[in-house]
Amino acid sequence: MVFLSGDPKAARPLARFLRVGTAPSWADLIAFLLLAAAAILIVRGADDMGQSLAVLHATPVTLDPARLPEYALRTTLRMFLALGVSLIFTFTVATLAAKSRKAALIIVPALDILQSVPVLGFLTFTVTFFMGLFPGRQLGVECAAIFAIFTSQAWNMAFSFYQSLRSIPSDLDEVSRQFRFSPWRRFVRLELPFATPSLVWNVMMSMSGGWFFVVASEAITVGDTTVTLPGIGSWLSLAIARQDMKAVAIGVGAMAVVIVLYDQLVFRPIVAWADKFRFEQTASGERPGSWLYDLVRRTRWLRALSTPLTWPAMAMTAIDWPAAPKLSFAPLTPPAWMTKALDILWIMLVIGLGLAGAWVLWDYLSAHLVFADLVTAFGLGLATLLRVVVLIALATLIWVPIGMWIGLRPAWAERLQPIAQFLAAFPANVMFPFAVAGIVAFHLSPNIWLSPLMVLGTQWYILFNVIAGASAIPGDLKEAAGIFGIRGWQWWRQVGIPGIFPYYVTGALTASGGSWNASIVAEAVTWGDKHLEAAGLGAFIAKATAAGDYARVALGVAVMSIFVIAFNRALWRPMYRFAERRLRLA
Amino acid sequence: MTPTVTHFPHLHDTRLVEVRNVRHLYGKAGGANLLVLEDVDLTLCDNEIVGLLGRSGSGKSTLLRSIAGLIQPTSGEIEFPKRAGEAPTTVSMVFQSFALFPWLTVQENVEVGLEAKRVKPDERRRRALAAIDLIGLDGFENAYPKELSGGMRQRVGLARALVVDPSILLMDEPFSALDVLTAETLRTDLLDLWSEGRMPIKSILMVTHNIEEAVLMCDRILVFSSNPGRVVSTIKVDLPQPRNRLDPAFRALVESIYVQMTQPGQAQGGRQNEGLFPGTGISMVLPRVSTNTLAGLMEAVSAAPYEGKADLPVLAKELQYEADELFSIAETLQLLRLAELEGGDLRLTPTARRYVEADVDARKSLFAQQLLTHVPLAGHIRRVLDERASHKAPAGRFRDELEDSMSPDYADQTLKAVTNWARYAEAFAYDEGADLFTLDDPN
Repeated sequence: MVFLSGDPKAARPLARFLRVGTAPSWADLIAFLLLAAAAILIVRGADDMGQSLAVLHATPVTLDPARLPEYALRTTLRMFLALGVSLIFTFTVATLAAKSRKAALIIVPALDILQSVPVLGFLTFTVTFFMGLFPGRQLGVECAAIFAIFTSQAWNMAFSFYQSLRSIPSDLDEVSRQFRFSPWRRFVRLELPFATPSLVWNVMMSMSGGWFFVVASEAITVGDTTVTLPGIGSWLSLAIARQDMKAVAIGVGAMAVVIVLYDQLVFRPIVAWADKFRFEQTASGERPGSWLYDLVRRTRWLRALSTPLTWPAMAMTAIDWPAAPKLSFAPLTPPAWMTKALDILWIMLVIGLGLAGAWVLWDYLSAHLVFADLVTAFGLGLATLLRVVVLIALATLIWVPIGMWIGLRPAWAERLQPIAQFLAAFPANVMFPFAVAGIVAFHLSPNIWLSPLMVLGTQWYILFNVIAGASAIPGDLKEAAGIFGIRGWQWWRQVGIPGIFPYYVTGALTASGGSWNASIVAEAVTWGDKHLEAAGLGAFIAKATAAGDYARVALGVAVMSIFVIAFNRALWRPMYRFAERRLRLA
Repeated sequence: MTPTVTHFPHLHDTRLVEVRNVRHLYGKAGGANLLVLEDVDLTLCDNEIVGLLGRSGSGKSTLLRSIAGLIQPTSGEIEFPKRAGEAPTTVSMVFQSFALFPWLTVQENVEVGLEAKRVKPDERRRRALAAIDLIGLDGFENAYPKELSGGMRQRVGLARALVVDPSILLMDEPFSALDVLTAETLRTDLLDLWSEGRMPIKSILMVTHNIEEAVLMCDRILVFSSNPGRVVSTIKVDLPQPRNRLDPAFRALVESIYVQMTQPGQAQGGRQNEGLFPGTGISMVLPRVSTNTLAGLMEAVSAAPYEGKADLPVLAKELQYEADELFSIAETLQLLRLAELEGGDLRLTPTARRYVEADVDARKSLFAQQLLTHVPLAGHIRRVLDERASHKAPAGRFRDELEDSMSPDYADQTLKAVTNWARYAEAFAYDEGADLFTLDDPN
């Protein structure tokens, strides 16, 4: 699912932020020192990552609060490395899809599926793969963790970039063709700026999703291999294993601090900055604020300090690859039948590969599984489906009225909206131990009481989208409703629900996708030596992972993917279309 | 035949561009094609402003874009004659929508073309500042487009086009997105720069649908017909600059162009068009004109002082319509046989007079009758609905039919136009949710 960039606003000069006159030489020195220090830190971190697994075993993760900042730092570093990989993936794959019709034929549906499958289930395979790639090195496990985060981040970013590239305004396209922009100049002057607002928004959403995976992927057991990488996730899993409630609380606190810090220090400024790329010809509304961004722009020495940040941007526009030799002849246009034939050939190739893939899958699964396993997996899938549906319905019943109430009161919305977004970014899995302790203490049925954990983290998407929708209901509509005395159910039917519907669908779609993913960690939880489990597909995958039973993991993931995709196609997609067509307040 | 660009050396040649037999088709291969441009010839020489005047959809923008190199015409030649001792002819373009990069400042926007030509930063800056100065944008160098008014934005568009030193300045309806006063200021400023020779360009080629604008600015006007796009006449404007809109000679010229433009195909010596709109039969591209507007125009013309017959330029002025908008409305009336267009006049038919006198229900049934008889697509949809037992037909089917012979945008516009007319006439209904035409009477 791709998020349209949220808050609308006007722009602010990057150029001023970029070129702060001529920075004095001492600023260059400081900048140099900072960059050098950053480089050394990264090198050291990479060095640590490159150490052998023996070192990891010699200095295991401890619950010493003094080491927590280091753990937090390493977890964050992993997040940003994964983000870097995701960006590279985005720029290459999405560009390829946008430029080549044939590539798009495969890439677009693949992205669509990848962004809805339970990536958590892949962890087993990737850990094994990367450990095999770097045998005996910590780097293998680090790569697996980073890859796990990457798989949770990349797809919606790539999709948003692809959509931006496809919707470049035609007049700007003509200008760049008329001036004969080189492909690189077209990218830095037109495509990248145009895609930036929506890409930044999707990066933020991806980061939120990533925290969930970083916690799950730092301490991982595959069969008889257990690896714990130094990080907050490992701290939490150790604290859970030791039933140390205090350590869990400290870990959760550290996580909260990290999330607030990166939000305030990294993302707010970026969002405020990216606002200038918003494609609109008229200045409108309020713009996203960031105290740090404003501070940097207002304070002379801070501006000087931040100049290095602008170097990549300036370098990008300054570089120009040598011009390719001009082709003076008219472009080769193959006859229509040949294009058509090539298309058909390509489609046949794709179908052939798909069939081959299906055969490989079938061959592997049929060798290891019996038909009954498939039936079991589907049955458990239905159980999880029931949970997801009931929980999303419950979350809707609770949060839609509350979100509406908040959204209609601008003063409240302004204060509560960031909190709802923060809650959505917070990895709910770190809260599971508290819930498990409660279930154990009161001897509750895990089949019922583990379920709410699935929406613990995802329900906030519904809340903050509904708040956004309710605040966006136009004032004149509200006034008209007031004048004609539209109240109660009629108000909801004719004003409220149509007003928030497109936003609600976005939120609920995200929430339901997240809940499927969460089921893998929420349906089977451990608290020290106590192990709770609910019957469901998530628990099926989690158990198979712990047992190193690859065939069952593959089956579980495949079945879950089918459920998620079918659910999206059958329910959310039509609702989305309907909202797009009928309920868009132009 | 593929279009080619060739260079021939000529001595003392004043020709900048030579367009020969350019034809452009829109449509799917194998399907019915929409002819946008047919056999267009054009020669552009030094020191002249040439206007391409025509209705929307007359292919004049397509011709401009072909010269700009943005479109490859289906066939024909566009030649930039090589002139002895001179650099090759270059072109630059000003867009109707300004087409500024919103994330770049005024100066960066102006520099963008130089940057693409790999001009060194210092020189880039110097030349951009000079262009900004020339075009009257001093003080706005660091502003972003969204901070500027429409007029200022188009000045940026002009500066950006001029800074690369083109031989020809191409302008695609450069003033039509601006309000009347701003547009006039910009026109005057541009003409001043031109007559004082302060712009580096040799010639201007502009597309417009505004007759007065063309007469005010151009030395030569090529009038395009719109079905298909063809040059129906070339008018040399000999009035001295600066021209006065109230000058009787000016008015007479405007009036005569009005007359030409309301007689599509007439000037082409016997090649009569079937309709006023591009395409024929059910694949005619129809404009989205509201039934309120149609009724309003009929009422206005029916009342005093027109009493059923009005001069189009006078009517346009009085009703504050652009000629092009008024043509669409008038021609829709003509299509429905509610009016006749002749010699720059609009005359209501007796049916229209009855319509004006009638009450709401009688008006609707009159309109329905005209619609089903004279708009082939409406009649076609109605027949399909009548023939089917269910009296239902998916709209997608008609859309596909239309898309065989026109672009999806035009197909959508045409179907929406017919849907709205049919809804008003209660000729048939449309269910948006199911995308279905029905005969259901809502009563």
